Amino acid sequence: MSTSRLRADGVTLAYDQRVISRDLSAEIPDDSFTVIVGPNACGKSTLLRSFSRLLKPNAGSVLLDGKAIDRYRPKEVARTIALLPQTSVAPEGITVADLVARGRYPHQNLIRQWTSADEAALVAAMEATNVDSLATRLLDELSGGQRQRVWVAMALAQQTPILLLDEPTTYLDIAHQIDLLDLFANLHRAGNTIVAVLHDLNHAARYASHLIVMKDGAIVTTGAPNDVVTAELVEEVFGLSCLVIDDPVSHTPLVVPRSGQWKD
Amino acid sequence: MIGTSAGVRARVQSATVRLPLVGVRVPRRQLLAGAVLALAIVLLAVVALGTGDYPLSVPEVVSALFATDGRFEQTIVLEWRLPRVLVAIVFGAALALSGAVFQSLTRNPLGSPDIIGFATGSYTGALIVITLVGDSYFSTAGGAIVGGLLSAVVVYLLAYRRGVQGFRLIIVGIAVTAILHAVNTWLLLRAQVEVAMAASIWGAGSISLVGWDQAVPAFAVLAVLAVVLLALGGGMRQLELGDDAARAHGVRVEVSRLSLLVVGVALIAVVTASAGPIAFVALAAPQIARRVTRSAGLPLVASALTGALLLLAADFVAQHLLPSAVPVGMVTVVIGGLYLIGLLIGQARKQQ
Repeated sequence: MSTSRLRADGVTLAYDQRVISRDLSAEIPDDSFTVIVGPNACGKSTLLRSFSRLLKPNAGSVLLDGKAIDRYRPKEVARTIALLPQTSVAPEGITVADLVARGRYPHQNLIRQWTSADEAALVAAMEATNVDSLATRLLDELSGGQRQRVWVAMALAQQTPILLLDEPTTYLDIAHQIDLLDLFANLHRAGNTIVAVLHDLNHAARYASHLIVMKDGAIVTTGAPNDVVTAELVEEVFGLSCLVIDDPVSHTPLVVPRSGQWKD
Repeated sequence: MIGTSAGVRARVQSATVRLPLVGVRVPRRQLLAGAVLALAIVLLAVVALGTGDYPLSVPEVVSALFATDGRFEQTIVLEWRLPRVLVAIVFGAALALSGAVFQSLTRNPLGSPDIIGFATGSYTGALIVITLVGDSYFSTAGGAIVGGLLSAVVVYLLAYRRGVQGFRLIIVGIAVTAILHAVNTWLLLRAQVEVAMAASIWGAGSISLVGWDQAVPAFAVLAVLAVVLLALGGGMRQLELGDDAARAHGVRVEVSRLSLLVVGVALIAVVTASAGPIAFVALAAPQIARRVTRSAGLPLVASALTGALLLLAADFVAQHLLPSAVPVGMVTVVIGGLYLIGLLIGQARKQQ
């Protein structure tokens, strides 16, 4: 039985009056690469937002080490959980190193500003994401793939054991998507707990160690991809008729749609 | 790996300078630009102290500043000219800081307190006090502060929808400014001629009437506000990354934003209370400072220095270089108007 530092306990999540999830409970197994999947508007990003303290549950609570996450000081949470938001804005004219350095904010205060530990974290984050050669470049000059790596570096600079990623591969071409997912897999192997919301079921099945499958704001099933990804599940959750075969490269489930002219 | 690590570290370090005591890393260019601005302020201040009906040379000014024998030159420099020069420097810095705060919060160079109604609100407050109570320095100042704060609250509440978003704040602010302009005109038309005259002089924005008695309390309040702002500066840098990223970094987003708003409004309200509405320093100084220092976001210290230099220069022009002396607010309006046209053209080009 695995342990979970981060879990949602009977949370009701809503934007204003619009309830997305009611009485939802979920666990993030420690040291896992958890991927939350499900159709559009199933509440997967909403769940991730509640894990990252961006959305306060109307009922129930998100627990970090057994204590409600909103009872911690915000910076304390930010030293344990980092988030790559779906959208971020960068101030005009910011350099890569300057932006990544801003991820050190939770470790700083009025007295303790910039230390050699900050410096080391900055360099380590840029090296892990392979943006170290871009350190003095302006963010505006970079390609979409490079820019996303810089944002990841900013989250890594927080040096947290848990890293949340909200649709990190959206808007990237396939090579850059795989590139980033490989990076996350490396971070996972290095001992980080990773939680990602992904659109692509095949990417999820290949990289995740643990899947949370959601539909209509509720969790349908959880478990290792090899155990949970079946043609029946895909039909039930996405309403898509498909064949699930063994991925010849990674030996994980591979979803092959059977629709339109290829229907039986 | 170790080789690249050292290389990156060297590159990051070569572009920055670590300040002693506080240990803050400051980009080399910002430090250089700051030093140049500070030097320019000192030089211009010495020239301004020596210029007037009784001209003094630079050595005479310097000796008057540091001598203790109570010569006539000392009275001229310390009593007559120094208050005005210091007021220009401090008020310019305060206006620029206020502008930097609001432009950062709204993420828009137009999101400046003189555009979104706070200066106009201060004028309304001052007008009401002048017409009802009469024209004394401290009652006018009180009216201006209350007016500025009230208009800020109104703009904030009207723009509030699950938090305040920059562009909505600007649009609401411009609308409130238009309404307040109408109110101000109405108040002036209804007032007696002498009262309207006094109010108009105040409304043009002038620092010529501020002496030591008024300057010292204003300086004290502004100094406190500046220190508070520097403490809030880290949160401000984080808010520039968007609310989600700021919150993920452990910033209490709404608390930070509200504190910054309060300090920003207070800065411009105190200046407006003492000197009347001085336009465009808040609008232009942070943007100029950003370009000069090539920094990311709006640099607070460089903005303050730029604002100080701008207002000092504008007051020098208003006092000495025009055929007859005019209120400094008229000079900044003209310079700032040209700047605003350039800004609008630039923004329009960017959107095409």
